[in-house]
Amino acid sequence: MKLASSPPSPSAPLAVRETETAPPMPSARKEWLKRRDFGDWFYALALLAAASVAFLRYGEAMDGYDTAILALHVPILAALGWAWRPFRLFAAAVAALSLAGIWLYQGDLARAEQIFFLKYLFSSQTAIAWMSAFFFIATGAYWIGLLARSGFAGRTGSVLTWAAAVMGATGLFVRWYESWLLGPEIGHIPISNLYEVFVLFSLFTALLYLFYEGRYGTRKLGAFALLVISVSVAFLLWYAFTRGAHQIQPLVPALQSYWMKIHVPANFVGYGGFALAAMAGVAYLPGLQKLFAGRLPAPEVLEDVMYKAIAIGFAFFTIATILGALWAAEAWGRYWSWDPKETFALIVWLNYAVWLHLRLTRGVRGTMLAWWAIAGLLVTTFAFLGVNLFLSGLHSYGSL
Amino acid sequence: MQGAAARFLAALIELLSSMRFAVSLLTMLAIASVIGAVVQQNEPANAYLNQFGQFWEPVFARMGLYTVYGSNWFLAILAFLVLSTTLCIIHQSVPMLREMRGFREHAREASLRLFARHANFAPALPPAARRGAVTAYLAGAGFRFRVNEREDGVLVAARQGAAGRIGYFLAHAAIVLICVGGLLDGNLPLALQIRLGGKVPTSGDQPVARIPASARLDPDTWSYHGNLYIPEGGSADFAVLGANDGILLQSLPFKVALKRFRIDYYASGMPRRYASDLVITDNDSGESFERTIEVNKPLEYRGVTLFQSGFDDGGSILRFALRDLVPSRRPPHPLDGEVGARLPLAGMGYDYTLEITGFRPINVENVAPPSDDEPFGGFFGGARPQTSENLRNLGPVFTFKLRDAAGQAREFNNYMLPLEIEGRKYLVSGVRASQSEAFHYLRIPLDGDAADTWFAIRQIFFDPERHAALARRFTERSLDAADEITLRDRLRETAENTLALFARGGLEAISDFIEKTEFTDRSATEEDRQHVGAAFIQILQGLVWDAWMSAREAAGQTALETSDGHAPFIRDTLLALADSIRYGAPLYLQLTGYKHRQATILQAARAPGKPLVYTGSFLLALGVFAMLYIRERRLFVLLKDDEALVAMSSNRKTIDTDETFAHHCAGLAAALGTASAGPEESP
Repeated sequence: MKLASSPPSPSAPLAVRETETAPPMPSARKEWLKRRDFGDWFYALALLAAASVAFLRYGEAMDGYDTAILALHVPILAALGWAWRPFRLFAAAVAALSLAGIWLYQGDLARAEQIFFLKYLFSSQTAIAWMSAFFFIATGAYWIGLLARSGFAGRTGSVLTWAAAVMGATGLFVRWYESWLLGPEIGHIPISNLYEVFVLFSLFTALLYLFYEGRYGTRKLGAFALLVISVSVAFLLWYAFTRGAHQIQPLVPALQSYWMKIHVPANFVGYGGFALAAMAGVAYLPGLQKLFAGRLPAPEVLEDVMYKAIAIGFAFFTIATILGALWAAEAWGRYWSWDPKETFALIVWLNYAVWLHLRLTRGVRGTMLAWWAIAGLLVTTFAFLGVNLFLSGLHSYGSL
Repeated sequence: MQGAAARFLAALIELLSSMRFAVSLLTMLAIASVIGAVVQQNEPANAYLNQFGQFWEPVFARMGLYTVYGSNWFLAILAFLVLSTTLCIIHQSVPMLREMRGFREHAREASLRLFARHANFAPALPPAARRGAVTAYLAGAGFRFRVNEREDGVLVAARQGAAGRIGYFLAHAAIVLICVGGLLDGNLPLALQIRLGGKVPTSGDQPVARIPASARLDPDTWSYHGNLYIPEGGSADFAVLGANDGILLQSLPFKVALKRFRIDYYASGMPRRYASDLVITDNDSGESFERTIEVNKPLEYRGVTLFQSGFDDGGSILRFALRDLVPSRRPPHPLDGEVGARLPLAGMGYDYTLEITGFRPINVENVAPPSDDEPFGGFFGGARPQTSENLRNLGPVFTFKLRDAAGQAREFNNYMLPLEIEGRKYLVSGVRASQSEAFHYLRIPLDGDAADTWFAIRQIFFDPERHAALARRFTERSLDAADEITLRDRLRETAENTLALFARGGLEAISDFIEKTEFTDRSATEEDRQHVGAAFIQILQGLVWDAWMSAREAAGQTALETSDGHAPFIRDTLLALADSIRYGAPLYLQLTGYKHRQATILQAARAPGKPLVYTGSFLLALGVFAMLYIRERRLFVLLKDDEALVAMSSNRKTIDTDETFAHHCAGLAAALGTASAGPEESP
């Protein structure tokens, strides 16, 4: 069947096959449920089982908030895995490796140096080092794939990016456990300082990219998306080597709050989306399109990625900012105090609000939107890093 | 004329509610916020004068750059944003509601063929069954539809995702709500009280009782945000608000008393928890209750929220031993003082005022810089905590200023307990002449555990009246009685001169002396000078020893045998004597005891706009997700005798739309029994 305007993307990822067997009267929901395969159900059951085991074993130590978060993980992760099938394998791998790491520790931090698998694979710092290495190699692979038009190199890049994401997530989970081994009062989720959130940023950006890679069936954007991840990994390593930033610090009183656990990740989905959009913007620029003559993804695809990445980033950033305001009301006494970090969050938000409005304004073309998205990343980077470097304020715990 | 005015008004509304105007406003708001974030807000005027200079400081002040978020122009931008968004909502609502409800079932065939996405094929089903098949498919795919039987065929007009439009209303109404709520909770109510309510900010540098009623605000003030300083055992029923370089007192509907302020620490010495045990007494009912508040765990009572914001000294009582650094034979005097107090020292013979500025009983410091032994080795493996071996609690520390008669002050930072440095113990005191300098530390060596020795030596060493006796003692110990009288006289003279020189300018005076006097007419090598220098040091160390011994005699202690074991103490004593010349104070304050009293700093806030802002935030999140993720789609199926025409429109141009269209085309074709649809190029 040929259509009036066919999608420029070479693949047709939206499932077409069930239309061939056109069910007589399927409701939208039923159709969606019907698309679930054995793996989907198994995955959902595994999630449910994992949450149940966690609750039965540790429920006593959990308060209402913890229980609610645990319960919410099941539908959210299930929906994520159902909507994006490779995520199921990712979740399984991260769970397996993290549990292996935790099991190998046997409650003794000193074993990080003694046990082979901990020392060379699962201990948090080693896992994060693997993540860094995989990201760097993946960047090279994607670039070779792009320049040499090599499908193999592109596939290698994909596999390595997945591997890096698995190691990064494992590293964070094991680090979380290690922080508890340091002492029950020190244990906390590893998203409390600049080092940890840089790992989180690399991880989220990579996952977002991988989602769109699968969605549009093109690996050509990988060369650009992985660039921004590599830069952040390079910063992360520099920061760890020169400042010892990887050491686990106990939480200052201001950060001891439920809100941190949702405020920070929501923010970094936002930052990840904006970073990806900017890299799609770079690939969109006519100069680059000409330079790489036909090697880059089609402008329509890039425009779409740019919009979608900004949309998801904006939605999550909105939530993150609102959560931040709720937290601020509890910790600083007012929901908005024009603290430099807050103000820059507002600026980032306004910037992308403008972008989304501009897109609907007549006469604004793709190139301008691409530049705007690139400039947006600079603003975002300043909000993320520059504010901590150059401006003082209440968010001083993220300082260099 | 009236027509022109109406046209102008219409044009104005058109402009204000336009997308371009909204984009400009958002951009302006962003730029204004950048200014507010880069220029530190609400600093004292002096800070700006230093930063921007004489010329620009008043210009920027006039522009409101120091209080951007309260300035008129910033509020004007916000007002325009509210206006523009409101107009936009009103402007859009009628067509949008019509659009949401309508199905456009009268769309003409020709216009459907002009859609960017359309396809046609020949249905295989008999005409009677077609309509049912199409509506069944659409219903199954989650569309709402309306059927219009007309001359050119049957048009099934369907739509889905109209909720996306509701998202638009939610998100934009949310902006209005948040701005209005924020405005109510911001500086505006306070500014109105000052401008219209006759309230006048006053100086913060006066006792509370003397603050006039014109600077006191009623408990029912709409919104405020201020600080409470409460020492342990004390209470407060007002919050201090900063306004226009002065303060206002905000009365609270209750009294807050502090029983205790607590800090818990991690093993590394980092603070883990700040908590205040409070007793709240209601002003109206007189009832009281106890509550502990912490960072992240505030208390809300009678519309006011109390937060843990900081802590300070609440007037600890410190007990000192005041030791003279000028020649005198007095023993240390006791002296009591409260942190925050100003004590004239004239009664003790000093023309100085002592200002006790701070006290901390626990003082954890990183005493050794991290070693760079293995810069990479530490990275891999399990995470480690920051090594806590270098963190040590150095014990109580207090700061004070000594202000002389001319008003000049030096600031001091004294440790109560002796600090151990490379295995030896010292009393440590930091001194600086201004806030911008780092402290210079005077390290007073301990003789065993006694601090008295050094002070006793110093009394003798710097007392000109005792120089002659000291020099004699030194000479007698150094030379045998058999030595020539002239040699003894010369040594005594040298020792006396050295003492005088040292008392005037320390080791520098000695080295200046070597430079200037000894070698003016002779060419001397560096080696010679070092020899002479070493000889002076030897003389000084000998004098230190003799001063020490005569101090011991005066105190009724036995003399010591000379031995190498005393060498480090002698060396440290001499260095400390030299440093003490530049200490800049006639006395040394040694902390001998304290009664710690802390104060908590709380913030009291009243923000009645909060429900508005929170509702707005909730709507905003909902609206943004609805706008971005609910896709509105319209599908038209025109069933003709020999043809089915499918067309789709969407409010968003994304690749998904094309895919969805392909999906529905295939679905409809299957429902109508057709294997494939006929091709048609888009115009």
